[in-house]
Amino acid sequence: MKIGVLVNEGPYTHEASDSAYQFTKAAIEKGHEIYRVFFYHDGVNNSTRLTEPPRDDRNIVSRWSELAKAHSLDLVVCIAAAQRRGIMDENEAKRQGKDAHNLADGFRISGLGQLVEAGIQCDRLVTFGD
Amino acid sequence: MLHIVNKSPYERNSLESCLRLATNGSAVLLIEDGIYGATKGGSFEGKVQAAMAGVKIYVLGPDLSARGMADRVIDGVNVVDYGGFVDLVAEHSNCQSWL
Amino acid sequence: MFTSSEDMDTDEGGVIKQFMFVNRKAPYGTIYALEGLEVVLISAAFEQDVSMAFIDDGVYELKKAQDTKAIEQKNFSPTYRALEGYDIEKLYVEKESLEARGLTEADLLVDVIVLDRAEMAAKMAEQDVLISF
Repeated sequence: MKIGVLVNEGPYTHEASDSAYQFTKAAIEKGHEIYRVFFYHDGVNNSTRLTEPPRDDRNIVSRWSELAKAHSLDLVVCIAAAQRRGIMDENEAKRQGKDAHNLADGFRISGLGQLVEAGIQCDRLVTFGD
Repeated sequence: MLHIVNKSPYERNSLESCLRLATNGSAVLLIEDGIYGATKGGSFEGKVQAAMAGVKIYVLGPDLSARGMADRVIDGVNVVDYGGFVDLVAEHSNCQSWL
Repeated sequence: MFTSSEDMDTDEGGVIKQFMFVNRKAPYGTIYALEGLEVVLISAAFEQDVSMAFIDDGVYELKKAQDTKAIEQKNFSPTYRALEGYDIEKLYVEKESLEARGLTEADLLVDVIVLDRAEMAAKMAEQDVLISF
């Protein structure tokens, strides 16, 4: 089955990203296809590579990056929500004249249309948020 | 239809709204802080018990255990793991998260 | 509000699904109502069967006379009236949620379809995709 996942909250403050990660992992283990994980609202904060949690805590950002690498996941960060919250890839940083970019490996920035398209293409869309 | 609730019924109205708008035969999965809605002894237990006549209630085991509530589950509520969560999503034609 | 060219891509093989955007949160206190509306507007480009449901505090999003000047946030409430221009005309409001908040249809800034809880429940159950914020 094709499943899409929507993550609406950032890492650590809410459990949403943890739940979405565990759900995504379990779905892959069960042989389902994760068509896309879309990060919206504060969920875009799951994609900053500057995250550096204490050593004894999970690294939510790199955990997503690693899962994406292992299973060729499509991790999409909403551009409008990302711009509001200071998440940028190299191209966007250049375009906006910023001196830094912070998008983590395995994520890509794109439009909200990618969420609607996931809803159209997927058999199921599961939302995680606050 | 699968309803997913992640809020404690003692803090927010998500579970109450979900139960108000869940049709007969649908399933409700309690995750994160939502697991408190699946536990015995609280003032919300009666509402969950009553709802169980029309809907099936599931609770996510890992969230239950994390909160030290694994031994308090209301009789008749089904405990599932993340794999069971995936199965519930697959078995129902659509799902709504009561954020 | 369109942010990239691919948002306009409507070539989805002719699939039409029932999309319901479920709004349960009041405006301004959190960003969900505003950013939720942005998705709804984008969805119009995909020629799907789109509706919005207003339940619980979501009904406050439609309250007339919003004036946000003093809190320096954008008053996005006129956007609900613009939805018709995007062919998004199914705005469902739960009767029980309105009544519980002491509101009537006359308090709302746009024409809506008021459904009681059983009708709203049935409407939700028949959707292909429910997106909630």
